[in-house]
Amino acid sequence: MSATAADIHDNHDDHGPVHTGIKRWLFTTNHKDIGTLYLVFSLIMLFVGGLMAMIIRAELFQPGLQFVNPNFFNQMVTLHALVMVFGMIMPAFAGFANWMIPLMIGAPDMALPRLNNWSFWLLPFAVVLLASTLFMPGGAPASGWTLYPPLVLQTGDAFPFAIFAVHLLGISSIMAAINIIVTIMNLRTPSMSLMQMPLFVWGWLITAYLLIAVMPVLAGGVTMLLMDQFFATSFFQAAGGGDPVLFQHIFWFFGHPEVYIIILPAFGIISQIIPAFSRKPLFGHSAMIYAMASIAFLSFIVWAHHMFTVGMPLAGQMFFMLSTMLIAIPTGVKVFNWTATMWQGSLSFETPMLFAIAFLFLFTIGGFSGLMMAMAPPDFQYHDTYFIVAHFHYVLVPGAMFAAIAGCYFWLPKWTGHMYDERLGQIHFWLSTIFVNLTFFPQHFVGLAGMPRRIPDYAVQFTNFNAMSSIGSFGFGLSQLLLVYVIYKCVKGARKATAEVWDSPEGLEWTVPSPVPYHAFDKAPTYTPRNWGG
Amino acid sequence: MAQPSNKYYIPESTRWPVIISAGLFIMFAGVAILLNGGEIGQYATYVGFAIIIAMVFSWFNEVIGESEGGIFNDRVDTSFRMGMFWFIFSEVMFFAVFFSALWYARNLSLPWLAGEGNNLFTNQLLWEGFENAWPSNGPGGMGGTFEPMAAMGIPAINTAILLSSGVTLTIAHHALKAGKRGILNIFLALTFILGFIFLALQVEEYIEAYHQLNLTLESGIYGATFFMLTGFHGLHVTIGATMLLVIWLRCLKGHFTPTKHFAFEGVAWYWHFVDVVWLGLFIFVYWL
Repeated sequence: MSATAADIHDNHDDHGPVHTGIKRWLFTTNHKDIGTLYLVFSLIMLFVGGLMAMIIRAELFQPGLQFVNPNFFNQMVTLHALVMVFGMIMPAFAGFANWMIPLMIGAPDMALPRLNNWSFWLLPFAVVLLASTLFMPGGAPASGWTLYPPLVLQTGDAFPFAIFAVHLLGISSIMAAINIIVTIMNLRTPSMSLMQMPLFVWGWLITAYLLIAVMPVLAGGVTMLLMDQFFATSFFQAAGGGDPVLFQHIFWFFGHPEVYIIILPAFGIISQIIPAFSRKPLFGHSAMIYAMASIAFLSFIVWAHHMFTVGMPLAGQMFFMLSTMLIAIPTGVKVFNWTATMWQGSLSFETPMLFAIAFLFLFTIGGFSGLMMAMAPPDFQYHDTYFIVAHFHYVLVPGAMFAAIAGCYFWLPKWTGHMYDERLGQIHFWLSTIFVNLTFFPQHFVGLAGMPRRIPDYAVQFTNFNAMSSIGSFGFGLSQLLLVYVIYKCVKGARKATAEVWDSPEGLEWTVPSPVPYHAFDKAPTYTPRNWGG
Repeated sequence: MAQPSNKYYIPESTRWPVIISAGLFIMFAGVAILLNGGEIGQYATYVGFAIIIAMVFSWFNEVIGESEGGIFNDRVDTSFRMGMFWFIFSEVMFFAVFFSALWYARNLSLPWLAGEGNNLFTNQLLWEGFENAWPSNGPGGMGGTFEPMAAMGIPAINTAILLSSGVTLTIAHHALKAGKRGILNIFLALTFILGFIFLALQVEEYIEAYHQLNLTLESGIYGATFFMLTGFHGLHVTIGATMLLVIWLRCLKGHFTPTKHFAFEGVAWYWHFVDVVWLGLFIFVYWL
């Protein structure tokens, strides 16, 4: 038992950080401080990665070469992806995990606080290492985030820096994942059973297992790249008996679970928000857990659907096609259960709910295009076109990122003790939703018509849709400045938030005051599931 | 020893992790510069490595002090156990990639290069006359003719050494639980000595490979998988043996009780993991 009523030790409820200023943040072991660090870091990276996206879209505004040379264009594509995946969205969810998991399960803090500090502080160093590659002879890697050999082996001096950056990011993720598993399994209040845990906690628990299983695989794969480049090994060289396709297998064995690592915490956040604003319990709580677990399991046996065109045996294509389609079943369970949660609910449409509903619709569009690509024969047409770009941006931007924004609005009052500006929040929502669709929806059309990805020029018939897409992306990028302003305004102070913040949402996190005290649960609280009646 | 607190211990602040991160940054930047041919990189590598070692030492020193000070309750102990377990699991996955590469080469890429399945033209047009066999340095004969490492020489002796070290470690563990400190100290010492003998023989084997067998990292997929698997395993033996040495010194200082000795068990798990990986290596890399 972490703390009992008989606890005679001094109560730390009222004391804050031991250090002030920069030392507080460098040396902190507090889950809230570390959560804040993750979230601020993620917000900065959103604009770093976003700026790279703007360069890409500026170049694609018109056919022909406008601003950058093709090699730099591909460097932007690569770094945009790496920064957004490892620098923006994963740290955002790690920030939510740090802040909310201990509060949701009644834990005094994360289980391994020093390790927690390390998980965060590896990130800035890794990102500096990665960004430094832009200024080296030959520039940053231009292979895309997938780092396929032999293309990636043509990178100049930047190559080993990029590989080591991936190693540092991997260590960070593994340590964070271990910490989350241990916290949930060991520090949960005894009165909360596993199946009673909130969906956000479940989403992260499953994500953490995925991380521990696949980040080492990526580390091994990039190590092989490094060895092939500098020590003349033959992992990915046919002349030595290796195979460049082996790297693709290794990468996607990591890469496919990775996309669920990104989306499962998002599922978790949406599963907290929709019930709160429907004033109903989540429909099919257990089914939602089993669905996430099934998705996680399936993620390990579908990886080669990213590689249908590499020349796999027919049996391989069949297997990966069918296993991929299976994912639609648990995902369908989730989408229908969110919808059923809203059914006959007493709905209200504050900003978090608006983003959650947008997530529900737009993520589903991304899911549908995913089903289209799951079919191997048509995928030969879609492969490496803008259709793929449209698909994964639909699941990542109005999918994962909208969930992160929704979570941000949902919990900001809990963190800061102030309500955000609802009017500005709603403006931010409408701008984001309109522009995100303007950006990515036309990409389906140009993709189906055959516009290839990762090429800075295109045939003139794609001009109109690309111009729309670019205007949408600039609008979307600028709209996110509004998010920064809303957060700034909220932190600076506004209307005070109550402990419950919203209309009596369920969960332990709403039983502690807003803002949350520096040490919220010194004693394990008693969790009693709400009796919804009826 | 003070009575363990009921409270879950949360350190108020820590300076080690951020400095370790800086050390890793400096070391990796140094290695990267070295790989690009910049001699100056070696200084950064040394400095970074020294920072990491110093910080790891300080970090563990602090935790050992806290542990001996009795401020860790059973729940903290459980956190450490779970953390160590999942850390070892991540290591298992790391080795799994290299085993998979070996499996892929032997069962897929080499047969395909030899024309199996629908790859007839790969063989006819690109690598005419190449036949699938193992060991192989590929159709290009990368690294020149080589001889594979025989399983029944040093590797068999090393297998016996590692398996024995597992036994001596278990005897030490039972002695610790029974409170027989003398036996504990002797068998724990035996364990890490066996570990270091293993490493010495492994070095011997590498010298033989490079000088007599012409088996190098460049020897195609066989050389690549052989050296990466045995090399990473050797690195883990080094780490494991060092950890054994540390807990042996702690035993000499009278640390650990028959009921509370997570550090000992964590290291023991790690050592057994290294042992099991070796069995996999012996079977799939050397023997089959």
